[in-house]
Amino acid sequence: MSLHEGKLKHLEEQAMKIRELVIEELVEAGSGHSAGPLGTAEIFTAFYFHILHHDPKRPDWAERDRLVLSNGHICPVQYVALACAGYFPVDELKTLRKLGSRLQGHPHRGSLPGVETTSGPLGSGLAQACGMALAARLDGKKSRVFCITSDGEHEEGNHWEAVMFAKRHRLNNCTVVVDRNNIQIDGNTEEVMPLEPFAEKYRAFGWNVLEIDGHNIRELVDACHEAEATYEAPSVIIAHTIPGKGVSFMEGNYLWHGKPPTKEEAKRALADLRTLKGKIRSEHE
Amino acid sequence: MIASKAKLNKKAFADAPDMKATRDGYGEGLVRAGEENKNVVALCADLTESTRTEGFAKKFPERFFECGVAEQGMATIAAGLGISGKIPFIASYATFSPGRNWEQIRTTIAYNDSNVKIAGHHAGISVGPDGATHQAIEDIATMRVMANMRVIVPCDAIEARKATMQAAKIWGPCYLRFSREKTAVMTSEESPFTIGKAEIFFQAPGSRALIIGCGPLLHNALLAALELKKEGVPVSVLNCHTVKPLDEKTILTLAKKCGAVVTVEEHQVMGGLGGAIAELLATHLPIPMEFIGMQDTFGESGPPAELWKKYGMDVPDIVKAVKKVLRRR
Repeated sequence: MSLHEGKLKHLEEQAMKIRELVIEELVEAGSGHSAGPLGTAEIFTAFYFHILHHDPKRPDWAERDRLVLSNGHICPVQYVALACAGYFPVDELKTLRKLGSRLQGHPHRGSLPGVETTSGPLGSGLAQACGMALAARLDGKKSRVFCITSDGEHEEGNHWEAVMFAKRHRLNNCTVVVDRNNIQIDGNTEEVMPLEPFAEKYRAFGWNVLEIDGHNIRELVDACHEAEATYEAPSVIIAHTIPGKGVSFMEGNYLWHGKPPTKEEAKRALADLRTLKGKIRSEHE
Repeated sequence: MIASKAKLNKKAFADAPDMKATRDGYGEGLVRAGEENKNVVALCADLTESTRTEGFAKKFPERFFECGVAEQGMATIAAGLGISGKIPFIASYATFSPGRNWEQIRTTIAYNDSNVKIAGHHAGISVGPDGATHQAIEDIATMRVMANMRVIVPCDAIEARKATMQAAKIWGPCYLRFSREKTAVMTSEESPFTIGKAEIFFQAPGSRALIIGCGPLLHNALLAALELKKEGVPVSVLNCHTVKPLDEKTILTLAKKCGAVVTVEEHQVMGGLGGAIAELLATHLPIPMEFIGMQDTFGESGPPAELWKKYGMDVPDIVKAVKKVLRRR
């Protein structure tokens, strides 16, 4: 699907709206992760509003593309994107992490429409995406499977087992998108457990490697097209992102990996988002 | 006496019974399940021959997926297949799967309700010479505590084949436990087998104790029952192949009649079949109980029959346990 300027602008605005809803959702929940969801707003927007062949009114449509979220802790942004795309009412976002809610603290398949699999424990998403890609191939379906992962979870052996498997079984209908934001709970990835040379690792495993600015929707869309056109190997799209993107006091700070804003911080965060960090005047001021 | 409904193999009590490994039953059942349903797929982690996945791999190469020595990968890949309409069977040694990949099974198969069948091979100390690293004696416990998981321990090769084929037909995660060694074939083609339904194999009139067993060790329980009968102690033997969900009604009815229970399994005495029965009896019918199994220790290398002797799972050990429980009756 081509992406003309008008739609691109619309998607960029949608991503900003998603960030605002993420802040509102997190402050209401009182716990949860901030940095990852804010840093991946463009990625989720691009998938649910442009790249995926899916139908929010028929979440079980057999021919749909699958989006597997491996790093389940950033589910607040997936939930917002799913709600905005029409999978469930936006109002329900307020129930995140509350008793009886369909919006579990980490995503659970079967609880919420649009959630393709259960995740939270890291490093297990790609393998499940491989299983889905195999099933699609066995059934002669054209569906594609996309797996969003964090960079930190590349410290899990389970992930690399799947990296080898995908190459061995030539799963070219499976594409990984890595949120390369350089942070994890204990600090910066290169201090906690160095991942570099990151792209070279995937190349050594025989994968097709693409690198993009993770906040540039056009680059992501183009990379997905290139992945689809690559037959000999699965593709990984390394999306360089800024954790906490859009909120000045969160950007790039690993301390925001695993906590939500307080009410006061949320006000400042929303003001930041609505004024592009003070660059424009907001009607909310 | 021998329960006629069980239609046991006529040579079950012979000096030289028919011998076959339960893993062979898995291999045969897997091929049959594959013939019956094209959605059945098989995965293996570099143990295709010894887990008897080979037959399926040869017959249905397009439905067999080699995962390499990667049990966590195998379980999670299967989870994705199971979510997508396939019926994956994953096989490795039980110490590795469900040993090494327990969390992956918990999250992506059980909690995810993915239709995956986990075949744990080389279970129990009867693996023999390979030693304790390869002798799974905790797997029934670790699988039993997971919500959504069924646990099935076939007693012989024929039952293993039936269990494999039935597991493919019922929805949801299942753990199936198999052994390496050739063991006595107690059942016949005609023996009834339904997942979740315990079968009476032996019932002496006026039974004063109930032996509940699972897996190949059940043969020792049958021989012990014969021995006890000779000594004038009537007992019954129940094949409790499905450890979860337990056939509570059958167990409670028989236990009430008999008044005392001995459990027999090639597994730790904590948390396995014995644990499951103890939970049931403590809740509904607190009666004396004894446990045959590994007594909070690891195994070691050695010939299987010698290991059963050394670790207290031989026929005389079961006879002794029955007498002990009767004193507490």
